[in-house]
Amino acid sequence: MNRFTLIWRNMWRKPVRTLFTMLAVLVVFFLFTLLEGLRLAFSLSDLGAEAQERLLTSHKVSLIMMLPEAYQSRIARLPGVDAVSHSTWFGGRYQDHPEFAQYPVVAEEYLSLNAEIDLSEEYRQAWLANRGGAVVGRPVANQYGWQVGDRVPLKSSIWTRANGSNVWEFDIEGIFDDSGGGMNSGVLLFHYDYFEEARAWGKGTVGWYVTRGDGSIPLEGLMAGIDAEFANSPAETKTNTEAAFAQEYARQFGNIGFIVTLILAAVVFMIMLVTGHTMAQSVRERIHEIGVLKTLGFTSGSIFRLTVLEGLLLVLPVGLLAMLLGWGMLNVVTERMGAMLPGGLKIGTYSVVLGLSLMLAITLGSVLPPVIRALRLDIVALLRSS
Amino acid sequence: MFGWLTQTAALAALNLRSLPRRPGTAAVAMSGIAALTGVFAGVLSMATGFEKTMSGSGQENVALVLRSGATAELNSRFSGEQADIVRYAPGIARDVDGDPEVSAELFWVVNALSKSSGAEANVALRGIQPPGYGLRNNYRLAEGRPFTPGRFELIAGRGARNQFAGLEPGRTIRFGKTEWLVTGVFEDGGSVFESELWCDVNVLQSAYQLGNGYQAVRARLDGADGRARLEEALAGEQRLSVDVWSEREFYAEQAEDTATLIRLIGIPISVLMAIGAVFAALNAMHASIVARARELATLRALGFGSFPTALAALLESVTLAFLGGVLGCAVAWLALNGFQASTLGASFSQVVFNFAVTPDLLAQGITAALVVGLVGGAFPAARAATARVTVALREL
Amino acid sequence: MAEQLIRLTDVGKNYRKGREAVRVLDGINLGIDKGDFVGLMGPSGSGKTTLLNLLGGLDKPSQGTIEVDGKVVSALSQGALAKWRSGNIGFVFQFYNLLPVLSAARNVALPLLLTSLPASRRKQHVNTALRLVGLAERASHYPRELSGGQEQRVAIARAIVSDPPILLCDEPTGDLDRSTADEIMALLQQLNRDYGKTIVMVTHDPRAASYAHRVLHLDKGELGAAQQ
Ligand SMILES: Nc1ncnc2c1ncn2[C@@H]1O[C@H](COP(=O)(O)OP(=O)(O)O)[C@@H](O)[C@H]1O
Ligand SMILES: [Mg+2]
Repeated sequence: MNRFTLIWRNMWRKPVRTLFTMLAVLVVFFLFTLLEGLRLAFSLSDLGAEAQERLLTSHKVSLIMMLPEAYQSRIARLPGVDAVSHSTWFGGRYQDHPEFAQYPVVAEEYLSLNAEIDLSEEYRQAWLANRGGAVVGRPVANQYGWQVGDRVPLKSSIWTRANGSNVWEFDIEGIFDDSGGGMNSGVLLFHYDYFEEARAWGKGTVGWYVTRGDGSIPLEGLMAGIDAEFANSPAETKTNTEAAFAQEYARQFGNIGFIVTLILAAVVFMIMLVTGHTMAQSVRERIHEIGVLKTLGFTSGSIFRLTVLEGLLLVLPVGLLAMLLGWGMLNVVTERMGAMLPGGLKIGTYSVVLGLSLMLAITLGSVLPPVIRALRLDIVALLRSS
Repeated sequence: MFGWLTQTAALAALNLRSLPRRPGTAAVAMSGIAALTGVFAGVLSMATGFEKTMSGSGQENVALVLRSGATAELNSRFSGEQADIVRYAPGIARDVDGDPEVSAELFWVVNALSKSSGAEANVALRGIQPPGYGLRNNYRLAEGRPFTPGRFELIAGRGARNQFAGLEPGRTIRFGKTEWLVTGVFEDGGSVFESELWCDVNVLQSAYQLGNGYQAVRARLDGADGRARLEEALAGEQRLSVDVWSEREFYAEQAEDTATLIRLIGIPISVLMAIGAVFAALNAMHASIVARARELATLRALGFGSFPTALAALLESVTLAFLGGVLGCAVAWLALNGFQASTLGASFSQVVFNFAVTPDLLAQGITAALVVGLVGGAFPAARAATARVTVALREL
Repeated sequence: MAEQLIRLTDVGKNYRKGREAVRVLDGINLGIDKGDFVGLMGPSGSGKTTLLNLLGGLDKPSQGTIEVDGKVVSALSQGALAKWRSGNIGFVFQFYNLLPVLSAARNVALPLLLTSLPASRRKQHVNTALRLVGLAERASHYPRELSGGQEQRVAIARAIVSDPPILLCDEPTGDLDRSTADEIMALLQQLNRDYGKTIVMVTHDPRAASYAHRVLHLDKGELGAAQQ
């Protein structure tokens, strides 16, 4: 027998109640983890350093308007520009799945500009050698079960081929990982030459430009420089970092973060109530026993510690287990819906800290008031209470 | 000895009357379930509201002709000649002057500042032709005057006017290089068109160097077989390859992805919350039964049957759940019904919609609450019924 | 003359009831020798439990001093009192006050949590105490699985496990039938005689009181000798 035995036995005073409380904590922190994953996915707070440094130049009026191909060489000549490449939204879908990102690109340029694309040399050579070839991020390949060597049809809602069809076929020549912030993880890349030759309209135009500075002038200056170059031309441009573009896009879905936070608050409110009420009740039930312990020579401090530890023991292990399960679930979802959620669903250190703080708050919030009230009473009063 | 029904009624009355003596437990069970119902109703009211906006858009007897394969007006393209082929095709109704009721339109996307987030948002700028007004049955100019054809003028939909900055009539707003005068505000029965800005299609063509290109052709269909005739005629046409949609079907399909996404996320969350609420209810009910173990045992000793005891306990749990459900629904309805929000729709532009807490949805929310009450009450009720009287009487 | 272990000088105790102070004990002077076995009788509400609580350091007197083994207990802080109690006093209550969530052995082991004894020694102490009260074979039973007499034996084992010199018993047989009460009294007598415990015992039962060396009478807060 040691203090832990005392805590443990007290915790299981009413086993059914303890079990239900634990299950409620389990469900709620599982939910908490999923919601955190969702919130982070929409906040795009962690797109990686490369997305903060690369610039994206689009048509000033809107991202959907095309820019002349000729802008590339003009951007490349600007001071402070290290490399520039372009991509275009293809708008394809595989079978009946939702649209995901496919870009026609100039392979060597795009790969060197997006160094976080982890494509093996073997795949790279194979892709370069095949005009109709494509490489694809692992999450997409996983979701659709694509393997190297497969020939996959994508139906574009935007681009028709010269022959009138809008179904395009690509040979999967490689699968890559995104070693950076995930901007490129859910993407299919294919050759611009092939695209340019086959498309029925819009020849000579691209969706947007991606630029990397050489560090000689600050990013703001570079952005302003690019936009100034095309000011008063038929297609004026707007340049910002990739991360800023992505966040602006995510924000357009409405304030998802706010809605999720509201739901989170409702969830937390619920758990606070359930565990708080039962834990407080369990402490109130043993006021008399607290008197007995004090009679035996236990100090207020040690009884306080025992009770708080018991509360933590009830909440923390189950809460952490729930977060672990939630994390596992996020990984499963990420695996299954890689094309829709290229960045995947994940939680960060912040989420873990937040989860732990919530667990602490719930425990202390429910245990402290009755314990403090009990310890304020003198032993005689404690013993006299039934 | 009286029947179990009378017994149950007597016990239930006893339970309910003692509820105020157990305010904590009752409040916990109720609030947990209220939180669940509130989230449930809140999430679904968003999906429902979005769908309502989309399904209230478009009419059965208006055809929307898009380039083959295009799933949105945004991705469709027509030359002026192609648009004219559609305009004079069979199956299209004529107005009193004998002109086809057709509007060849452009669906452009411009950036405006969202009032709520302060960030730039994609807003649809639609160029229409004069018959375009008549093709929207509920169109009504609510403020100001219509735009003047040939000028850089636009009218803003009611939703767009509310959600985005700078759209008050009389102000000018700049998109890229062009400045537009806002001349009025229009309504269209809460449809998706209210999220848009409308202008003269020819002005839009010249503003963005679009030549005489269009993106979509809208046409009122002539009679029940109008669509079939139009489809047949266009299918045989070598110079263009198009899909003929019923406008109504088109918007229903556009709603699908977003509403599905909201549900895909919202329903699992609600289910998990429901499970959490079940444990909350279980705990509260269990506590309430344990607290009254002696009372219940005494009643059993007096001759009340175990089935009525269980039923009465279940009734208590369901009552609490019902009250919680009503509370949650009331909060959701008061806080969210009619709340206006906007999100990115399938056309890469903002769709303004109102949260809709419908009676249907309230019924679903309360049903969910009752299910939680039933499940959460079943186990404690069984325990109340099966506890051995002698044991329960001895327990303090 | 035997060595005096407990010494009360002019001890008084007031309780505040609403606005007015209620005098429960008044001018108590009392000496108890080491190895004594004192019975304390008196009508309900006369302050017996209050006096016992003062002796055990559960409560502090409103006036006067209480000395135990030369130490002025009534002047100690709460923390110091707790520590002092764990080493010097064993309590036995009328309603046993065992923790329902702990087995008999663990209830007995409870006071040892406050010592620095290693686990093996604790176990030894617990076994000794349980054997002494005759309940070695019930070590793993929970309070609800024991009879009243057995529960009281466990409570006594708990009171003596850390070997305190003083046992304070508040109506230890008040809830027991006659023959069980006799067994408990025999046990207390044995603890007094063979193990030299100084015992102060509140009781209503003259039969129980007859086990004591001397009986004091408390009435309306004042102490008188027994009318025997
Ligand atoms: N904590 C307290 N607060 C107020 N009055 C008390 C308190 N404890 C005891 N009393 C009162 O003091 C008197 C003596 O109580 P007690 O010592 O328990 O008597 P006994 O044990 O002799 O029956 C009683 O009148 C009781 O009501
Ligand atoms: Mg008493």
